[in-house]
Amino acid sequence: MNIGTRKILDRSFTAVGIGSIIVMALALMFVVVPIVTNGIGAVFFTGTVEHRKMLFNEFKRGDSQGLSSEVASSDRYRSKVYDMLTGFEAELETMAPEKKKEYKEKYAQVRSAVQALLGPLPGDSTPMLTRFKYGQTRWEKAEEKLHDLLYESKWDNSNPNVMSKEYFVSRAIGFEGTSLVKLFPYVKDNLEKMLLPDFTVYWGFITDSSVDSHFFGGIWPEIQGTFFLAIGAMLFAFPLGVVAAVYFTEYAKPGFLNSMLRSANSTLAGVPSIVFGMFGLAFFINTMKVSESKSVIAGALTLAIMILPTIIRAAEEAILAVPKTYREASLSLGSTKWNTIATVILPAALPGILTGAVISLGRAAGETAPIIFTAAVSVGSAIGLADVFSSPTPALSWNIYNLASEHEAASQIRHVQYGMVLALVSIVLLLNLSAIVLRARISKKLKG
Amino acid sequence: MTVDAKETSESAQLQKATRDIYLPPERKKISGDDTIHISAKEFSIYYGDFEAVKRVSVDIISKYVTAIIGPSGCGKSTFLRAINRMNDLIPSCHTTGALLFDGEDVYGKFTDEVLLRKKVGMVFQKPNPFPKSIFDNIAYGPRLHGVNDKKKLMEIVERSLKKAAIWDEVCDRLDKNALGLSGGQQQRLCVARTLAVEPEVLLLDEPTSALDPKATAKIEDLIQELRGSYTIMIVTHNMQQASRVSDSTMFFYEGVLVEHASTAQLFTNPKDPMTEDYITGRFS
Repeated sequence: MNIGTRKILDRSFTAVGIGSIIVMALALMFVVVPIVTNGIGAVFFTGTVEHRKMLFNEFKRGDSQGLSSEVASSDRYRSKVYDMLTGFEAELETMAPEKKKEYKEKYAQVRSAVQALLGPLPGDSTPMLTRFKYGQTRWEKAEEKLHDLLYESKWDNSNPNVMSKEYFVSRAIGFEGTSLVKLFPYVKDNLEKMLLPDFTVYWGFITDSSVDSHFFGGIWPEIQGTFFLAIGAMLFAFPLGVVAAVYFTEYAKPGFLNSMLRSANSTLAGVPSIVFGMFGLAFFINTMKVSESKSVIAGALTLAIMILPTIIRAAEEAILAVPKTYREASLSLGSTKWNTIATVILPAALPGILTGAVISLGRAAGETAPIIFTAAVSVGSAIGLADVFSSPTPALSWNIYNLASEHEAASQIRHVQYGMVLALVSIVLLLNLSAIVLRARISKKLKG
Repeated sequence: MTVDAKETSESAQLQKATRDIYLPPERKKISGDDTIHISAKEFSIYYGDFEAVKRVSVDIISKYVTAIIGPSGCGKSTFLRAINRMNDLIPSCHTTGALLFDGEDVYGKFTDEVLLRKKVGMVFQKPNPFPKSIFDNIAYGPRLHGVNDKKKLMEIVERSLKKAAIWDEVCDRLDKNALGLSGGQQQRLCVARTLAVEPEVLLLDEPTSALDPKATAKIEDLIQELRGSYTIMIVTHNMQQASRVSDSTMFFYEGVLVEHASTAQLFTNPKDPMTEDYITGRFS
């Protein structure tokens, strides 16, 4: 091969390498940017007076005097809306029957749109679900609901050959000639005065329990549950894994059984996590009966089994990477085998072992499948440390799935989903970062 | 003459021969009782089926320096490492014949290799301090053997470092990591670490092969200092070094102990033509 071709080949390979890295970076951006921007929106957002009302009633938080003056000022503008509605109800009674029938239906839509925007109307009975007790708590949601009030959504399916298209018709036109027609411009112009939007920092999203299945409140029970499960898994898996790795590297005699055990361990590392979930249910709950039904301990044990092979592999590699000369030096000083392992080999292998452990911890925090059947519930309050043997817990990974797929009002609370995703990603990232820092510090200490 | 008496006279002859090796008239005698410290009898070491050391019989008198020379792969390191059973780390390694240390079989059924290694210290080819502080490196051995008193440990550390002639260089940074020292300092630290467990024998496995000439000279001076206090055995590729530091020299070739003689004699007037070829550099 001549120099020219060789150089071209080298350059083109460099170009391909850089290109693939750029593609990966872009893909990552595509995922991470929405997670971060939307996730931050769960804590920093423009909140309305309804949000402050909710905080005061449900969490006893906020200043009651300020709130009551705010409510009073917003009620001044709201009362006009309510008056218009009752006025139209009276007008409705005087209409001719067929006209009445036509308007009644339209009016019901308007009324529920106002309800969604401002909360229960005067005279309504208190709703059962907390989500209906308040109007829109977030300004961007309020703007969406305002659009719903002002325009009726219709579908154009006149052409059977193309997909139906949504279009909007102003409701005001429908009420032309009645007293209600004034409502629409009024609400549009005075919505800010009725809802009093204000920049809100809601740290409670991290520290509060959820209200009405994540409609309001925060995700603390999920965060706590995630930590319980991940750390619980580590408490079982770390000592077991290190002992197993020491056995494999220091004590096991090479042979058929040993190589079988090793390849079994490698295979176990590749088993899909849902299989571990089913195993956890069948073994820990049904057979061993570690708990009546789902519990943190059962979930932690299942996760421990799942991460055990990874920890064993990492620890094995770390131990094998310790220079042979350390072993020789220690033994030549009259140290026993066990002493050599405990005082020389394991300390020198510690950075590697810890890195593997913390990466496994991150994996345990993020896994969903193993805890579906063994530990996770969709809604629940934070549990105490004493309850880990009997109670299940909400956890971030499982609740993200639940909110995205099974929640009855998933589309209403996207910000909570994004907040949970961001929380989980941050926790895993934090764990991995701490692994890097820990490793660097210990290595520095070892290198002098 | 009974069998017993015959054996005694044979061993007496052997001892006399050994004394002649170690105590030729021109060398300064070391005060001591001239006991045989290590003794091999028809001692062979195998790696699997390969016989690495072949039926070696030799006596080594305590407190003297014995050098082992020979080409690479001749079994000299293997022989050295057999004395404190470091070869146990190699699973396929086994021995025949007898190797006696203080009259007891090193490979005996009831020999405690941990105790043996306490008495037979070793310094390796590459300096191998632990990734700990200088103090902890030296104190590692004494701590293993039950010394935990801080003051006593400090005494041992100071004494060992002084014996290894490195105290002046490190006394103000005992808490610093030992890996920060230079190669020569690390090797002397390793000697000090070995001395801290108060061994009777010091095995040096090519201790200067990874060092520069200046550091090598320091190690050689150190060996001269320690001569008379410890039985020292040194494996070396450097024949000048062997002639400088040792009282007697063993020449190994392909696992066979070709010649064991006083250093002066071996380097000036070797009996075996093979030894002569080797020391004059006629084969490699």
